[in-house]
Amino acid sequence: MEGVYGNDFGTDQQPDPDRAAPDEAAFAALLAGEGRVEPRDDMPEAYRKTLIRQIAQHAHSEIIGMQPEGNWISRAPSLRRKAILMAKVQDEAGHGLYLYAAAETLGVDRADLVDQLHSGRQKYSSIFNYPTLTWADVGAIGWLVDGAAITNQVPLCRCSYGPYARAMVRVCKEESFHQRQGFEILYTLSHGTPEQKAMAQDAVNRYWWPSLMMFGPPDDDSPNSARSMAWGIKRFSNDDLRQRFVDMTVPQSEALGLGLPDPEIRWNDERGHYDYGEIDFTELFEVIKGNGPCNAERMAHKRRAYDEGAWVRTAAEAYAAKRARATESVA
Amino acid sequence: MSTRRDWPLWEVFVRARRGLSHVHAGSLHAPDAEMALRNARDLYTRRGEGVSIWVVKASDIEASTPDERDPFFDPAADKIYRHPTFYDVPEGVQHL
Repeated sequence: MEGVYGNDFGTDQQPDPDRAAPDEAAFAALLAGEGRVEPRDDMPEAYRKTLIRQIAQHAHSEIIGMQPEGNWISRAPSLRRKAILMAKVQDEAGHGLYLYAAAETLGVDRADLVDQLHSGRQKYSSIFNYPTLTWADVGAIGWLVDGAAITNQVPLCRCSYGPYARAMVRVCKEESFHQRQGFEILYTLSHGTPEQKAMAQDAVNRYWWPSLMMFGPPDDDSPNSARSMAWGIKRFSNDDLRQRFVDMTVPQSEALGLGLPDPEIRWNDERGHYDYGEIDFTELFEVIKGNGPCNAERMAHKRRAYDEGAWVRTAAEAYAAKRARATESVA
Repeated sequence: MSTRRDWPLWEVFVRARRGLSHVHAGSLHAPDAEMALRNARDLYTRRGEGVSIWVVKASDIEASTPDERDPFFDPAADKIYRHPTFYDVPEGVQHL
């Protein structure tokens, strides 16, 4: 007998020599039948490692993603907007925590994942390396960045790994408010003064292409996609999800009265989809490499916040230890 | 853990409303039970999802093995007479 979900089967434990290697055929059959994999199941090591990397990167993205918007909490234009933005940023922290917990069911420690983020060995979504220059950027992030994230995440609710899928159900429910509040910010600006409308248009112009890049490289340049699809981790290809996002977003941009910075966007009757222009992926790879506008700033801020919070963690631990001793001496 | 680097892990169970059982919602790290409860409130009930929360240290939970073909559950497999569909009911008999 062993504990569920927790750290107690973690990385410090020796592998059980009597335990048979995972039965690959049985695992394939489970996935073929749309079965779900649960924490202590036998699973191929590559499946486990892929999930850890993906869930950790997802968790890191939620945590780093608090920065660009958190940047505007103190400058939100009204109390209503400020309260909404605080709730949204708090949600992102919550999403990060759900995801770290899901990763830990695979036998890693959150502390190690955070270390790997801090040392640059694990990444976060490159979209958060762009700056939020104006209030309209908060709207563009909600509408476009969260919109793209939802498009990516809804299929993950059916991911083959149970704890990840369950975390995504919770995340997706909460994200829909995020997208709507962003849309509302842009709609308000777009129907305000000419200066406000120009500010909204500028934000959309800057965030459009990076949002399309959030779906990853094109299918013919995405070497791990096929394996993730076979494992039921990924349900649709990068290009399919990107197309779905464009198809949803173009009509919304018309409702906003804002343009999208791509002259090639037009409805294609034959395909039943919107065509769009070619994406310059060299920018994506540069940002991933660390050459985006805010990479260094985001990481420096994250490390600083972690270090400055160390005394709180130590104090809480000391208090818990003191209380435990007091309870023991009474008993 | 040989050297604990994080607070202990707690499993969180939330009762959505009176009349329903507590259901596992997820897990979190916290230094003690009181902080685990507060963190669970902030993490799992931000939108009124619960009226009651239990937190349990993950290391205090005993669990059966995850294998679906676990012999632990074998005794139930051959007692189909525990299900009402096992029995023949003559045509026309109602409310049985």
